[in-house]
Amino acid sequence: MGRSDAGWNGNSSLKQEVIVMAVGKKNISAPPYVEGHELELEDFENKTITYVEDYPDIRYQFTAGQAISRFLRGLKEGKILATKCSKCRRVMVPPRTFCELCFKPADEWVEVKDTGTVETFSISYIDPDAKPLDEPEIVAVISIDGASPKMGILHKLGEVEPDRVYIGMKVKAVWKPESEREGMITDIKYWKPLEVE
Amino acid sequence: MARVAVVGVGYSGFNASSPDLSWKEITYEAAVRAYEDAGINPRRDVDAVVTCAEDFWEGFAIFDEFVPDQLGGVLKPTFTVTADFLFGVANGVMLIKSGLAEIAVVEAHSKASDILTFGNVVRFAYDPIWLRPVGNGHPFYLAALEKSYYSNLRGYCDYTFAEVVAKNKKNGRLNPDAPYSADITADDVLSSEPSFYPLRKLEIAERADGAIVFVLARGDIAKELNPEPVWIDGVGWWSETSNYDTMSFTALYARKSAEMAYEMAGIDNPARQIDLAEVDDRFAYKEVQHIEALKLAKAGEVDDLLESGYFDRSGEIPVNVSGGSLSVGNLLEATGAQKALEVVLQLRGEAGRRQVDAEVGVAQVWRYLPTATGAVTVFSR
Repeated sequence: MGRSDAGWNGNSSLKQEVIVMAVGKKNISAPPYVEGHELELEDFENKTITYVEDYPDIRYQFTAGQAISRFLRGLKEGKILATKCSKCRRVMVPPRTFCELCFKPADEWVEVKDTGTVETFSISYIDPDAKPLDEPEIVAVISIDGASPKMGILHKLGEVEPDRVYIGMKVKAVWKPESEREGMITDIKYWKPLEVE
Repeated sequence: MARVAVVGVGYSGFNASSPDLSWKEITYEAAVRAYEDAGINPRRDVDAVVTCAEDFWEGFAIFDEFVPDQLGGVLKPTFTVTADFLFGVANGVMLIKSGLAEIAVVEAHSKASDILTFGNVVRFAYDPIWLRPVGNGHPFYLAALEKSYYSNLRGYCDYTFAEVVAKNKKNGRLNPDAPYSADITADDVLSSEPSFYPLRKLEIAERADGAIVFVLARGDIAKELNPEPVWIDGVGWWSETSNYDTMSFTALYARKSAEMAYEMAGIDNPARQIDLAEVDDRFAYKEVQHIEALKLAKAGEVDDLLESGYFDRSGEIPVNVSGGSLSVGNLLEATGAQKALEVVLQLRGEAGRRQVDAEVGVAQVWRYLPTATGAVTVFSR
């Protein structure tokens, strides 16, 4: 394991000598297992370095709860629903049954618009496995018209060239056809620029 | 050094499943009740929030980020303890004793019904190299291995463990929040299916959903809020080893954490000084182990005492008058919370039909399979 940059003395010709590693400003004798040589490809091929692979099967079904269930049912109908705090009157998207700032119940429902404003965006070229995406994906935080300022969702943008996106851009939801909606956040396919209409 | 008291408790549940509410919503419900009970405004009065959660029970990583909202902890110091609620209580006590907080909130919840592959989550806690690849049995066989070793070591027969099940399931009949309570006998238990020989199905706590919130306060503040709060006299926690093959199988973790908590609480004769115990009974033999570990009985003598009614609700030291996890259900990291909640309600005289007379009570929890880790909290009024 003789990585010289980690402070190991990896020179195999010194194998029989006491190996010293630096920890802070102290020199401490290294345990015997650090004796050896720089890692080589053959160490992996010959399995002197070993791994055990595992692919655990762990699954969940997340209860959406009172607020998000109603929100998801709304999406199925092509509506974006919000709740209003009984104290500070914030209109909150995604809706919740309580206002986390006032710690008061929020049980008044309002429908907000399916238009909004890009607050921030990113153009992603890489997938979660660090492979290149065929088409870059534009993700954006969108504050929704009718909700309180800075209230909105993180979603995708579409029908727009990456270099045409800007902060402050007005956008509108593009819904899946009603027959294909399933009460998921993906019932909105993406958001497209409002001005090109 | 300052004493620490419990000034508010709130809970939501306990139910076999809760398909109508999200974990945030059940937690909010418990929190509102705890703050109402304490008579405080969380946005103004709470200095720190501690949640006890394990990412793999939750189904999402970095649970810490999800702590604040449903507890009124936005823009406050918060953190997650990846362990049972009683470890969170110990952290709350440290926050207050160290002077970092005057009022600290501790929370734990279970949304066990959201987990579709419970056995595989437990298996995920196995050592991935030399335990996980072996066999394909549901991990409850780990408990069966321990039960087998332990009952053989002590000479306890299966009837003893069946009595634990019957006692706890019957105790639970007086608890309105015990979905798995039942009026059954030890013989019923012995005739139930041996799913993991020698462990029978009825000896295993089923899973449940719920949330519990405690408000802890420094002694002087506690007395302002409530002239007679419940005091936390001692906390303890301990781990053996992660190697299942070299654990003691005699709940040494519980013995050591009890000794730590007893020393802090000034308890030198637990069997005489403790009036009430809520112990981890997620497998029936665990209750017997834990009674011994808490020094409420000598090793090897629990069977006779159980049979004589010593641990019944009318006995010398009532154990699991709430019905225990065998009645209430396995609440995952909130298991210790249900036990502490019962002790607090009993000490306050608010346990309803299951009320017993007690001044000093102990709550004990184990960190479930496949661990040899546990915690103990001593309460008094």
